[in-house]
Amino acid sequence: MKPAAASRLGRWGVIALPYLWLTIFFLVPFLIVLKISFSNVQLSMPPVEPVLTWGQDHVMQLRLHFSNFAFVFGDRLYIEAFLDSLLIAAVSTVIALLIGYPMAYGIARAPGAWRNVLFLLVVLPFFTSFLLRVYAWMGLLGRAGPVNGLLLKLGLIHEPLQLLQTEFAVYLGMVYSYLPFMVLPLYSAIEKLDLTLLEAAADLGCRPTKAFFTVTLPLTREGIFAGCLLVFIPAVGEYVIPALLGGPDTLMIGRVVWDEFFGNRDWPVASALAIVLLVLLSGFVLLLQYVQSREREA
Amino acid sequence: MSQSRPRGILAALVLAIGVAACGAKPGPAPVAPRPVAEEKVVNVLNWSDYIAPETVAQFEAETGIKVNYDVFDSNEVLETKLLTGRTGYDVVVPTDYFLERQSKVGVLLPLDKSKLPNFKNLDPAVMQALAGVDPGNRYGVPYAGIITGIGYNVEKVRKALGDVPVDSWSIVFDPKYASKLKDCGLTMLDGEAEVFTSAKIALGRDSSSEDHEVLDEAEAMLAKVRPYVRYFHSSQYINDLANGETCVAISWSGDVLQSRDRAREAGKAVQIAFAVPKEGALQGWDMLAIPTDAPHPDNAHKFINFLMRPDIAASFTTFRKFPSGNLAAEKLVPEELRADPLIYPPADVIARLTPHRAESLVYARYANRAWTRVRTGR
Repeated sequence: MKPAAASRLGRWGVIALPYLWLTIFFLVPFLIVLKISFSNVQLSMPPVEPVLTWGQDHVMQLRLHFSNFAFVFGDRLYIEAFLDSLLIAAVSTVIALLIGYPMAYGIARAPGAWRNVLFLLVVLPFFTSFLLRVYAWMGLLGRAGPVNGLLLKLGLIHEPLQLLQTEFAVYLGMVYSYLPFMVLPLYSAIEKLDLTLLEAAADLGCRPTKAFFTVTLPLTREGIFAGCLLVFIPAVGEYVIPALLGGPDTLMIGRVVWDEFFGNRDWPVASALAIVLLVLLSGFVLLLQYVQSREREA
Repeated sequence: MSQSRPRGILAALVLAIGVAACGAKPGPAPVAPRPVAEEKVVNVLNWSDYIAPETVAQFEAETGIKVNYDVFDSNEVLETKLLTGRTGYDVVVPTDYFLERQSKVGVLLPLDKSKLPNFKNLDPAVMQALAGVDPGNRYGVPYAGIITGIGYNVEKVRKALGDVPVDSWSIVFDPKYASKLKDCGLTMLDGEAEVFTSAKIALGRDSSSEDHEVLDEAEAMLAKVRPYVRYFHSSQYINDLANGETCVAISWSGDVLQSRDRAREAGKAVQIAFAVPKEGALQGWDMLAIPTDAPHPDNAHKFINFLMRPDIAASFTTFRKFPSGNLAAEKLVPEELRADPLIYPPADVIARLTPHRAESLVYARYANRAWTRVRTGR
């Protein structure tokens, strides 16, 4: 084989691998979900009507039920669940940004040896299962848990507070769980920042706060975008945190999809919800990308 | 029907992955040619905390069959697994009103009674009642009988309500009483079938009615007491009633008895009681059944037969405080449990118990939507 051909093959291989991955683990499952979303419930195994059937005389029948989507948009409950999910995810993202930015800044500006230690500490929680960490919060926030115990001992409260099964617990769990996803891209953006720019700003008489807002913040914008996306997107569809830490009135779309799939055994509606969520989030990502590319051109 | 959230979510995650993996090729699993002798394994999927601690080891020692024991926490999740197919389980434990629907779809194997000599130990009255959902008792045998009623802390309820006797559903469904229970803690099962059926009974309606108007009426009643409900959960109350965190729970009989025992063990002066309301109450039976595509159906029969042995069924009742529907086992249950009217209810209580029937898909969709509204308070 000529070297040129070999390198072309290698290049194709490198490109094909991620596409193959995406096809198998994203596109195929997505198409299955899409297919089920156009189906109808029936009591059978599996509990959905087949969309494609071979009839007599080799006629292929394709039956698409759009009623599931009509159902999803026609019910106040689903719309509220979508809106609540977006709100909870957005608030969590903002809180994570407000905490994550100073953290990332501190790590990026820490002396060399410290930096590695601090960086490791951010990643450390990943060594334990996500589910276990959320569980740990259940123990901590319970009425007989250490948080209430401490507050009682300090005399700040006289009755244990209901911390678990509240909105507060959901936000806490969300911010806690997704904070590393915010810190890591911010860290890499802040670390890359050219410090001489800040020196130049100082030399020209700019005060540190102003320098931060006019130099540091705009130049780390990409990190902020990336961090916010990495937190916001999984947070919208989050199921475990609201189920374990949230109260009965916490209505998030992840839980609703679970209820439709398992509680209701209504796979078509669950699939339709998942498709709507995916379209919504894809639209959001595309919008952000568009904004970002516009800014880059400017 | 003891539940614990953790396993439910784990199971759900595992299941979600499993469903995604299997989704590409739906349809019943091809029937594999059965080997002459089954490998010495049986895969059991039972409710969590639902077997006497020594039972599995005893079965393994006596038969040499290894038991892979898994747990689940909701009928709905079990049914989703069964309808998806290829669960790999040999023995499952659906409640009777779920078994009815599952047997009609063909996801359960008709039991081979010739392999179940202990079938003769079962209570004919129970079997006759169960024939309503499982004609001819073809698909399942009873494992545990459960009454959905009101569990409560005697002292706290007296403090909150005065001398009002806890003998009616109005304690939990009438805002007049429920509002006074808010502070000491009112909880409900997280189950559409159990709570709506109880509500229909309280309204004096036919509990098996699929009439949307009847359900709307039940939903309206629940919406009025919703502000006073601390949580909807199907096992949390076992601990909370025992340590005084909550005072009244729409709950399952055996679980409340377990709560009572826990309070006693902890040496607390908490008196826990369970009421079967005078309007009537839902009775369910958790049934032992075999999935159609069970890899080891012979071993499954052996395991079920073992659980129907009088001494084993008695040890379950002793451990878990649920009746087993096994007449021969009753004599082996300790005296004080045999005298317990909540495990072996007297005739007048039995007369008040109503079975539940499988819900149609159209009704289930409507009822689940209503249930979500009640639970989330919207």
